[in-house]
Amino acid sequence: MPEPETDKTTRLSNVSVRFCGDSGDGMQLTGSHFTDAVALAGNDFSTAPDFPAEIRAPRGSTFGVSGYQVQFSSNEIHTPGDLVNAMVAMNPAGFKTNLEYVEPGGIVIVNDDEFNKSNFKKCGYDEGYNPLDDEVINAQYKICRVPMSRLTRESLVEEESDISVKDVDRCRNMFALGIISWLYSREIESTIEKLQNYFGKVKNKPEIAALNEKAIRAGYYFGETAELFPSQYDVAPAKLKSGKYRRISGNEAIVLGLTTAATKANKSLVYASYPITPASDVLHGLARLKQFGIRTFQAEDEIAAVMVAIGASFTGDIGVTGTSGPGLALKGEAIGLAVMMELPLIVVNVQRAGPSTGMPTKTEQSDLLQTMFGRSGECPVIVIAASSPGNCFQMAIEAVRLSTRAMCPVIFLSEGGLGNAAEPWLIPDISNIPDIEVKHAVVTGEEFLPYMRDEKTGARPWAVPGTPGLEHRVGGLEKQDGTGDVSYDHENHALMTRYRAEKIQKLQDVIPDLEVEGSGDTLILGWGGTKGTILTAATMLRERGIEVATAHLHYINPFPKNIGDVLNQYKKVIMPEMNTGQLRMLLRSQFLVDIQGIQNLCGRSFFVEELADCIEAIVKGGAK
Amino acid sequence: MTDVALPTYKAKDFATDQDVRWCPGCGDYAVLTAMKKMAADLGVKREDFMFVSGIGCAARFPYYMNTYGAHTIHGRSPAFATGVKIANPDLEVFLISGDGDLLSIGGNHTMHALRRNIDINIVLLNNKIYGLTKGQYSPTSEVGKVTKSTPHGSLDEPINPITIALASGGTFVARSIDVDVKGLNALITRGARHTGTSFIEVYQDCNVFNHQTWFYATQKDTRPENTIVLEHEKPLVFGAEKNKGIRRNGDSVEVVTLGGEFTEADLLVHDETNLAQAFLLSQLYHPEFPEPMGVFYVDDSRPSYNDQLHSQVDEVLTKHGEADLQKLITGSDTWTVA
Repeated sequence: MPEPETDKTTRLSNVSVRFCGDSGDGMQLTGSHFTDAVALAGNDFSTAPDFPAEIRAPRGSTFGVSGYQVQFSSNEIHTPGDLVNAMVAMNPAGFKTNLEYVEPGGIVIVNDDEFNKSNFKKCGYDEGYNPLDDEVINAQYKICRVPMSRLTRESLVEEESDISVKDVDRCRNMFALGIISWLYSREIESTIEKLQNYFGKVKNKPEIAALNEKAIRAGYYFGETAELFPSQYDVAPAKLKSGKYRRISGNEAIVLGLTTAATKANKSLVYASYPITPASDVLHGLARLKQFGIRTFQAEDEIAAVMVAIGASFTGDIGVTGTSGPGLALKGEAIGLAVMMELPLIVVNVQRAGPSTGMPTKTEQSDLLQTMFGRSGECPVIVIAASSPGNCFQMAIEAVRLSTRAMCPVIFLSEGGLGNAAEPWLIPDISNIPDIEVKHAVVTGEEFLPYMRDEKTGARPWAVPGTPGLEHRVGGLEKQDGTGDVSYDHENHALMTRYRAEKIQKLQDVIPDLEVEGSGDTLILGWGGTKGTILTAATMLRERGIEVATAHLHYINPFPKNIGDVLNQYKKVIMPEMNTGQLRMLLRSQFLVDIQGIQNLCGRSFFVEELADCIEAIVKGGAK
Repeated sequence: MTDVALPTYKAKDFATDQDVRWCPGCGDYAVLTAMKKMAADLGVKREDFMFVSGIGCAARFPYYMNTYGAHTIHGRSPAFATGVKIANPDLEVFLISGDGDLLSIGGNHTMHALRRNIDINIVLLNNKIYGLTKGQYSPTSEVGKVTKSTPHGSLDEPINPITIALASGGTFVARSIDVDVKGLNALITRGARHTGTSFIEVYQDCNVFNHQTWFYATQKDTRPENTIVLEHEKPLVFGAEKNKGIRRNGDSVEVVTLGGEFTEADLLVHDETNLAQAFLLSQLYHPEFPEPMGVFYVDDSRPSYNDQLHSQVDEVLTKHGEADLQKLITGSDTWTVA
């Protein structure tokens, strides 16, 4: 509940804001600058960009709307929030498609100048209807009509100026950012500094930097003087663990994690990829890191990308490829080759909503069964999944560690919702990250047997081409145990099939147990990017007087050693997933536990409240 | 490169203990013989050789070469070989596969390896048929080919490996025949020494499913009349009596007989560096023309992809100095919580 602090400022513990407008309105940038400001103010935060796959859909259309949501708090938070307290809508299409995300009574600031007949038509409002005049809407929300286009022009255009109208109009988003910054008492100086640096120094357009600065200041002062809002708000800094922080997105964390892993393994890393949403940023990020022994390769297609990675692995580098669901489908046969050749290979899958092209910019967890089984034959791979943007760093390191240890491909699952979302990240001290020990075969004087396994790990030796005396041939045909020669022997095939699965199970010895938080008869078990929502929902349930325990799986093949014991401790196990129940199916079949599922198939994260309600219904015995 | 003296190899040093499983009489045997001889003489250490292949009869090749080798999946070996060269540009990589593997399922990858000029050596054994799957027509089969999958004759126009290689930006494009072990050896050796992709099409006989398909070009009595050996800066002369030649005629070429109206001076002179002429020569088909053998085109000026990649790496290293991982992870925008 808001507690008045001064006459003018109301202190809140938690705020969520959504920016929306046309794809060309710079909403992602606006949201990102605002996030930097809340970070500097010491808040915990979580963001969720929500943008279309179309790059520049027709201006004013509903399918061209781009949105950015950020929640910031004086407490620890894990989600970008369900319904927002305030929204900025730069045009009617944004207003129309995003109003449902605003809480009842929430503030909606609109660029009134864009609410005209032509734009109403473009987004499909009936002729003669202006939603801003709608009584029902006005009763439900606090609509603030601000003529942002006009005010921006008036603030920026001086007499005898040769600045183009287009450049001026592009600054409207900064005007909007100014208003929101005032409303939530976030400072604008650091944003101005960044704008000056970017436009002034990087782009060498100081005049554009000056325009942006004027626009953000004008918006800020407008907020202060216009008395449009019931109050100004403030959110105190969060009590986060002490240390140095930066903001990080899941895709950035993968870039840093892979780079760290390569350094810790003392290896070069080859990242081969074909551009695909939402994984391309991993390629972009790694392409700039040649000085860390990283070589990136933009392949002609998904299959070539994974084959380049496998070729690099055979040659002794760490071969990595990154993709999203449809790309993983294309890579299936090649991943099978790496399973047969028993080589390290890291496949990053930043999942998106499918099937087929599906919804490229929307998130889902629906590739799990494809990841586990989407190849010909008995073809097990290591499967791990990240639970937050920051956790992508750690899991990327794990991917390299496990893959090189077992000489087996790993598919590392991230999600669009993690890849693009940002959160504060306590910067790790790299000297505390253990080295990754990579063993290569050496000449012993005895005959080299490329498929002679290490007793402890079950892995075959990794011989690097160029080493005299270890020449050998491998391929996709079944291998004779030990020699690696082509073999069609029945018993041998059964043995090798078992070996390929067993070496993955042996990794249970070197992965952490499943940890449970909280008490009660009910366990909420999750995996992947739902962790933040589950934790927040559990807290909400405790506030409602319902005790639930939570646990989160980061390792899916193999599962942690203690998972069976954990599952059997609870009367009820509930598994929320953003799919039709894929991990639940695996767990039920393996452990014969009647896990109940909560499914979200909307292409966006669970809302906390919706999840808490579903859990409560199951706990109380009703249907979900 | 190291100054340590190379071991002296014999062709048999490159033989493996594996039974060669090609059909008796298969043209691949001759290619294997030529390849082992080439490997022994190339001046590259055995451990620095890497043989890569896709799927098909020809793709069994790596199992029979005592080097590092990978028998990969159908059509994708150019990408695997690319990964090998990105990881270690010092390896001498050979890619041996067939017409189906490299021009049908793997056509895309072949094209991209060529245009990137990855420093690998592609030997395409063209038998104009799918052998391993027992006799379906291939992308190089002639129109009307009657096979199990085309009982009324195939409808697809065949693809021309040489034309495709030239169009894809190949920097060493050549053709040979399986039974010409000596010629093949010389050509592969030259291709291996070329910086960038070398692409060699080999007319190869599948004596089970497409026997004698190349006999018009490969037999002692047919070869002189139906093929023409390309030699740089030499006039295009052919025939058992060396009495025929190829003359430019407008935008095209024609076969002329020497001695009467025409002399060698009237003939087209082969120029390995002339891409337009290479295209023209790639389009000469039996029976109207003799089919060219040897090097169609060479461009020694283009650096390989892997050399360029590694120079980019070196440039970045020079510019950035030693990489500081902690600095990278920390980034430029930070804040401290007390």
